[in-house]
Amino acid sequence: MIKKTSLSLALWLLCLGQVAAESVFVTLEKDNALAVIDPIAGKLIKTIPIGQRPRGIAISPDTKYLYIATSDDNTIKIIDALTFKEIGHLPSGKDPETFALNPAGNRIYVSNEDDSLVTVIDVAHKKAIKQIKVGVEPEGITVSPDNRWLVSASETTNMVHWIDTKTNTIVENTLVDPRPRALSFTADSQQLWVSSEMAGSVMVLDANNQQLIKTIKFEVSGITTDKIQPVGVVIDKERRHAYVALGPANRVAVINAQSFEVEKILLVGQRVWNLAFSPDQKRLYTTNGTSNDMSIIDLDSQTVTKSIGVGTYPWGVVVKP
Amino acid sequence: MFVNPLKLTANNLFAKNIMPSINLPNRILISLLCLLLISTLHPAYAKTKLIINIAYLSQEQKNPPQLSNLDPFVSDKGLKGAELGIDDDNTTGDFTGQHFNLVKFIVPLEGSVVDTFNKDIATKFQYVIVNLNAEQLNTLADLPAAKNSLLFDVATLDDALRNEHCRSNVLHLLPNRAMRADALAQYMLKKRWSKWFLVTGSSPEDRLYADALKRSAKRFGMKIVTEKTWEHSYDARKTTQSDIAAFTQVDDYDVLVVADEHGEFGEYLDYRTWQARPVIGTQGLIASAWHKTHEQWGAIQMQNRFKDKAGRWMEEQDYGAYLAVRALGEATTRSLSSELNLIKAYLLSPAFALNGYTGAPLSFRSWDGQLRMPVLLAAPRSLVAVAPIEGFLHPKTELDTLGYDQAESHCQWTPQ
Repeated sequence: MIKKTSLSLALWLLCLGQVAAESVFVTLEKDNALAVIDPIAGKLIKTIPIGQRPRGIAISPDTKYLYIATSDDNTIKIIDALTFKEIGHLPSGKDPETFALNPAGNRIYVSNEDDSLVTVIDVAHKKAIKQIKVGVEPEGITVSPDNRWLVSASETTNMVHWIDTKTNTIVENTLVDPRPRALSFTADSQQLWVSSEMAGSVMVLDANNQQLIKTIKFEVSGITTDKIQPVGVVIDKERRHAYVALGPANRVAVINAQSFEVEKILLVGQRVWNLAFSPDQKRLYTTNGTSNDMSIIDLDSQTVTKSIGVGTYPWGVVVKP
Repeated sequence: MFVNPLKLTANNLFAKNIMPSINLPNRILISLLCLLLISTLHPAYAKTKLIINIAYLSQEQKNPPQLSNLDPFVSDKGLKGAELGIDDDNTTGDFTGQHFNLVKFIVPLEGSVVDTFNKDIATKFQYVIVNLNAEQLNTLADLPAAKNSLLFDVATLDDALRNEHCRSNVLHLLPNRAMRADALAQYMLKKRWSKWFLVTGSSPEDRLYADALKRSAKRFGMKIVTEKTWEHSYDARKTTQSDIAAFTQVDDYDVLVVADEHGEFGEYLDYRTWQARPVIGTQGLIASAWHKTHEQWGAIQMQNRFKDKAGRWMEEQDYGAYLAVRALGEATTRSLSSELNLIKAYLLSPAFALNGYTGAPLSFRSWDGQLRMPVLLAAPRSLVAVAPIEGFLHPKTELDTLGYDQAESHCQWTPQ
């Protein structure tokens, strides 16, 4: 009897899970708020005041908590992903913008742009446990899925710093194109993709020897090259395609992640900034900074299917299954 | 090939703290042992650092007549920017095995910059940040001793230096008058302020600025309906109320465009004109490479870092000098060389892209050595627009809608 009940409960939950689809969370830099979007219905569900100038956002591996950098509050807030109540905050250092959560969800690494530092935070104890000196104006930061590498990009030094997560020390540095912004590992942790805003390029680096595999450049007809300023970059789990937000070119580039050819350019919204996959990787969500909306890209057909007004200066985006 | 900065710092600390208590012969022995140890354990550390020496050349200025007590006289405009650039270059250099030295030469008021250049700079420095006026700049550029130098001009606005008086050993880091006037004209065209009342001061620089404005008016199809030279007093207590009202009783116009580079009367115009009209040019809404109201594209970080270092706002010459030093740093890092020809070739190549915190990659125009850059249009307490204004198109880069494009340039570089 009990077994039967739990089985039906599980089934019911599964159905519920499919009916109540994923939620997309977008930080709104100028509204000091978080937008909650139902991407299947294509609707903005609600907007929640969250703190001063929210930018970077991450979700815990168990999807219970959201971490949001509220830059002008000089902290990273811990938010309950169901009730949206603030349940704590982390010592991020001054003006936090971007940060990375490790796969286990117990470490957060924050870029402290003004001080040329990366701060390592023990999430459980809400304590900063180390500061790592990096190049000038660190911004993009990521942890490899196998937790081997923490990589930080310095915008002015034009370098990515390879930091051993066991020792929290830099073991290698790779010079990249001017003003590196976002970093993304492939799911197998073998490649690091780095976008460079000023050179209008994406560099693919080999994680084993930290050397360049390929530099990808973009061309958009009718747009001069200095408007092509890549920011967000994501690669699908099978490494079939990578997607790059081209900033003020208002477009997302679709790249064949095996041949590194640019296959398609999709028009989204103004100053497209950050990107996130749906959990099944069938859709891609974009934050469009100056048109105050997000776009939904259907990845099977590689077309933009919808844009949803979300609020002023949408910045970061995460998806909760 | 990369050096780990954390380990290097640890070694230096060890040396500083422990060494003084040990006698000299032993110290040498220990040093040698340390070197041996370092070179065997960490091959990277044994590599000698590439040293790049940069001179900063300026001359003391006479304090201008005090027109207002609002703005303090800043005597080290430019120098602080160069110093911040050096800090940034050396942070990168710690990782890449390069070190940048900045040596400043501030010539006294009655001294000769040529003597300083010949005696102290030419033989020791190939890269020179020059914060001097147009005449001094070209005098230096033409010296036989400057033949193998690259001069980074962080002060002049002269269009002639980018045209008929250009020099192949000079790069210009600040927008010239034509770029500024084009930026203003683009904005005025967008606002449909097409009838200008041009008011020019009596200094030669004011006339050059007015010439640039006239060129822009023609370029963008604007009309200068009235043109007047300010010949009244330069004393705020006497002039403002009566003189300006009378002076500005002219035929109808959309906007008063002022050319007063030294700020001798331009500030008095706003709110005092006979008709209610905006003021734009060297006062009112101004065109500048950098401004304290600018915060976008990471500029807020730059403003903060500069203020922490200098204890004041970043001025245009600081920005120019910062960019000059950063450009050199970039070129050295990319070409892995300090050799002048390689550096210069890299700086003028399409591969060079420098971040200037203004939303577009900066590069040098290959035809006149001018830095290709956006121009900020700023009111005293708010940033109004950034030129090129949206909609002004160009086949290569919209940045070339400002100033002299390749086809218009009169610069003919003769190989040195």
